[in-house]
Amino acid sequence: MTKQSKSKYNNFKVDRSKFPEMENGKPVIDLDSHKYTKLWQGPQHPGVTGNMAIELTINGDEIVQAKTHVGYLHRGFEKLLERRKYIQGFTIVCRICVPEPDTNEYLYSAAVEELAGIEIPKKAKWIRTLNLEMSRLASFLMWLGGQAGSLGMGVIGQWTVGMRDFWLDLFEEMTGGRIYHMYMIPGGVRKDLPEGFVERAKELIVETRKLLFDIEKALFNNAIFKSRLKGLGIIPPEMVDEYGIVGANARASGKEYDVRMNNPYLKYPELDMKMITSTGGDAFARAEVRYQEIHQTLDLISQILDKLPREGEIQAKIPNVVNWKIPTGETYVKAESTRGEHGFYVVSDGTKYPRRVFNRGASYTHAISVFEKLAINRSISDTAALLVSLQTCPPEIER
Amino acid sequence: MEHIINRLKQKIEIESIINQRADLYFITIKEEHLELVLSYLKQQENFTHLAFLQAVDFIEDNKFQLTYMLYNYDIKVNLGIKVFIDRDKSEMVSIHKLWAHAWQYQRELKEMFGINFPGSPKVDESFVLEGWEEIPPMKREFDTLAYSEKTFYQRPGRTKNDPKKYMKEKLYKKFPQSTTVGRKDD
Repeated sequence: MTKQSKSKYNNFKVDRSKFPEMENGKPVIDLDSHKYTKLWQGPQHPGVTGNMAIELTINGDEIVQAKTHVGYLHRGFEKLLERRKYIQGFTIVCRICVPEPDTNEYLYSAAVEELAGIEIPKKAKWIRTLNLEMSRLASFLMWLGGQAGSLGMGVIGQWTVGMRDFWLDLFEEMTGGRIYHMYMIPGGVRKDLPEGFVERAKELIVETRKLLFDIEKALFNNAIFKSRLKGLGIIPPEMVDEYGIVGANARASGKEYDVRMNNPYLKYPELDMKMITSTGGDAFARAEVRYQEIHQTLDLISQILDKLPREGEIQAKIPNVVNWKIPTGETYVKAESTRGEHGFYVVSDGTKYPRRVFNRGASYTHAISVFEKLAINRSISDTAALLVSLQTCPPEIER
Repeated sequence: MEHIINRLKQKIEIESIINQRADLYFITIKEEHLELVLSYLKQQENFTHLAFLQAVDFIEDNKFQLTYMLYNYDIKVNLGIKVFIDRDKSEMVSIHKLWAHAWQYQRELKEMFGINFPGSPKVDESFVLEGWEEIPPMKREFDTLAYSEKTFYQRPGRTKNDPKKYMKEKLYKKFPQSTTVGRKDD
């Protein structure tokens, strides 16, 4: 682009007085006027996180209206859980989210334990905390690759997904599974850590830190990454409560809410950690908050590895699981996943089967209400970056 | 937290209070007080975060239980507001003006439980189940097995076994007295 044309481009202002006309706060879109085009992004699209479709109404390349459609992944988990015994439910819940299944496992087990009045042993609590932080790290590494990939930097994704695989190796050692672990059984954890696990994990932390150093240079100092994300999808602080925004999305807008610190669970009170917030509110601020949280998670994992007791029980005594009746009651337990407050609301009616299990996915509002609002007047090329920066996960929307 | 509940008691009648954990309370109120209570808690008592809104089907009492889970960032406490509504005339006041994301939960409840929220945006649009013609699937009387047998068919040439009978006859032939197969109370 020559200097002259660049200055012309800068002086060019779009006349927004004509389109779209607003009525009762909603745009009036007449597709027959030939001003607008309907465009579907997804459900099969590399720029969309998971199987989710976005119906865009565009004018030129500007989004006038966005609508999220889900239903491509609906497996009816909540209905399934109503017809399963408590122990059978434990193998189902992890399948709700692929990149980060452990939060679901922990929350389901914690809810059942709370209703049944079971206190798990100290060592099991430490192992669960370790498992949760490792799964946060694995999910963050996947997100980092996705955010870079959504702006055309595919190489970063290869680095991070490669590193994630080494962490999945550790998960395999620990639990026997790479993706779905089914490890945190009600009453404790299934198996003790294998020999030499702590040392191998410490080595991997060093390697991950080296990779993060490279990523900081290649990604966070990259002019394109900065200019595309700065000012994209700004969430003002007053919108946080209005839209039920949680997690890094809320913290990047200055909201101090992290379940690990606000309502600590497991062994988090014994760990040294600080709330990471920012005031930018845009996609770049969210990326920075998440990047710092990856460092925080690595730090927490090494703290846990140092404090992990070598000896002790890993399972509390639980009744015969085939005929396990849970006393009548209800509870809501929550934990901090990479996307924010993740919760399980379990209602028991005193029988062998739960009356209701509801999974509150953190991105339920992010992908629908929040995205539909933030996408307006952005270019269609920003859709993927915006979705990834909100870190949406379709399976937890439709459950 | 006790102060908040006491102040609330002075305004309306609270049917039950459950202190589940130090940071989790449940209170049951009457259906007609819901909007008043929620707006009071949001504006006066700082319960500004709506974590979720969900329904539980108590078919034996002919009631739906609606749970509104609120959170207060200052005192760090979750408060679940429970309301029981009639199952036959399942309709509830919409709270989309209090929280901008509440319409999502209300649309889901309309589709999954058949609970109507008049005035809620897009409440009649389909969320997950496009073209669904059966009764709302999260209702207790919806039989998933009967539905799948009616809708889908077995691949030709495949035989169907009763799992219990099959296990007893084929897999556990040598262990007829096995305690894991065919419990009376199962």
